[in-house]
Amino acid sequence: MNTVYLYTMVGVGLFTLGLYALLIHSHLLRKILAINVMGSGVFLVLVALAAPTQGAVPDPVPHAMVITGIVVAVSATALALALVLRVRTETGRAELPEEPLE
Amino acid sequence: MEAISLLPLMTLLQLVFDTLLGFALLWLAWRALASPELFQAIVLFIAFGLLMALAWVRLDAPDVALAEAAIGAGLTGALLLATLARLEVKNRAKSELEKKHEVRVITEKSKHQTFFFLLRMLLFMVVATGLVYAVLTLPENTSGLAMPVLENLESSGVSNPVTAVLLNYRGYDTLLELSVLLLALLGVWSFGGIPKPYRSFPGPVLNMLSRLLIPLLIMVAGYLLWVGAHAPGGAFQGGSVLGAAGVLLLLVGWRLGTRFVGLPLRITLVFGVGIFVSAGVVFILLGRQFLEYPPSFAGVLILLIEAAATLSIGITLAALFLGGRPEFRRHK
Amino acid sequence: MLLSEFLTSVLLLAGAFFFLAGTVGLLRFPDVYTRLHALTKADNVGLGLMVLGLALQAESWAVAGKLLLIWLLVLLSSASVAHLIAKAARQKGIEPWKQ
Repeated sequence: MNTVYLYTMVGVGLFTLGLYALLIHSHLLRKILAINVMGSGVFLVLVALAAPTQGAVPDPVPHAMVITGIVVAVSATALALALVLRVRTETGRAELPEEPLE
Repeated sequence: MEAISLLPLMTLLQLVFDTLLGFALLWLAWRALASPELFQAIVLFIAFGLLMALAWVRLDAPDVALAEAAIGAGLTGALLLATLARLEVKNRAKSELEKKHEVRVITEKSKHQTFFFLLRMLLFMVVATGLVYAVLTLPENTSGLAMPVLENLESSGVSNPVTAVLLNYRGYDTLLELSVLLLALLGVWSFGGIPKPYRSFPGPVLNMLSRLLIPLLIMVAGYLLWVGAHAPGGAFQGGSVLGAAGVLLLLVGWRLGTRFVGLPLRITLVFGVGIFVSAGVVFILLGRQFLEYPPSFAGVLILLIEAAATLSIGITLAALFLGGRPEFRRHK
Repeated sequence: MLLSEFLTSVLLLAGAFFFLAGTVGLLRFPDVYTRLHALTKADNVGLGLMVLGLALQAESWAVAGKLLLIWLLVLLSSASVAHLIAKAARQKGIEPWKQ
């Protein structure tokens, strides 16, 4: 059990947690939070696997990818939040309907 | 002698710290996703982002830590809180009605609840096991791309490997990422219909704070941009600090003068992508590949592109926080 | 053990103690105003002690200066933010805890 596996497992845990929350919550803002948590989980797995085994330098390519990913995530979040506000103006609520669609 | 005997203790302490941090991350994420109140959820999410920054430091990724602290925790949190504030302004009138509705829904649902709960749990166990299996069976001790990057660092023009990857080896990614940021802003602007941003009455303390912090933030952004060539930092970190300065300005109630809202703002927004693309095209005309810089002045070129990108990223992030398109009075 | 290392350890431990005290205050105090008080005061002292301890180990004056700058920035922002949160709580009509 070393640092790499510890953080990879945390990343997997975060991803699953986010996926679960994404599916069970009906409020759109919570769904956005859930997607962000899922993203953090993926980033954690990527960077943890890039970490050096013994004192060597870490792999910079996943680091650069994760930085790119963080910026893309914030762009997507901003767009999603604007969509939520628009849904709110159009339908009067920021949630998906709870009842099953028939 | 003492140093040697302390070594196992240090490793143990680090393991304890990592474990605590891991559990804190999972706990915060769970609370942020499950807490009944949205405001609480968002605040917990911001705390989660800050702990993520700590995890990046533990994983030897200071560049990512800087980006996470500024963007992941700071700007995402600000965006979420601003949206929540706009939702609640509209919410106040009918919240009572909705609460009654919610109660009714919950009581109706409880019939099949247990069955679906077990089914969901089973499904997520399968997903989690699959992911754990996939990660654990990855080949160990692959050197990845660390060696090729380090061997070619000489010709990249910078000595921070992460900046070299972002701006030189994988310039395409960064160019497209800047485009994504721009597209997100275009999307936010085209939804239009957002009412006037809430009026803020900053008061003397926030006013003074902004006067002290904004010049400093701009300086820090410049510093991060400059230092990115050889140490953690770079265009995204600098840009997000600049974006934070913009958010602070907007919170104090400052708005862009009407003279600058039209063309000047738009030119600043596309400046980063523009410089990036033109640098690429110039080298195609000179008989090289797109975004293939000659090693002799790659350093200067990267600094130039990064400076333009920093400005554009900062302004774009602040514009995303503002939400709708800034008022454009000339037409009306 | 060198004197500077010893001093650093003592300062870091003292800083950690103040952080702990601030956190206990945050968790145990009855209302938002007292919690803010505990958090900002104790944590600022804790961070100051930690910065001092780390500055003793700094390689150059520039690094020590940056550490000091971080502390000053945190002082400025935590004081202002405490004021802003307290003001917002006041405007929302939360009464200060008495007794």
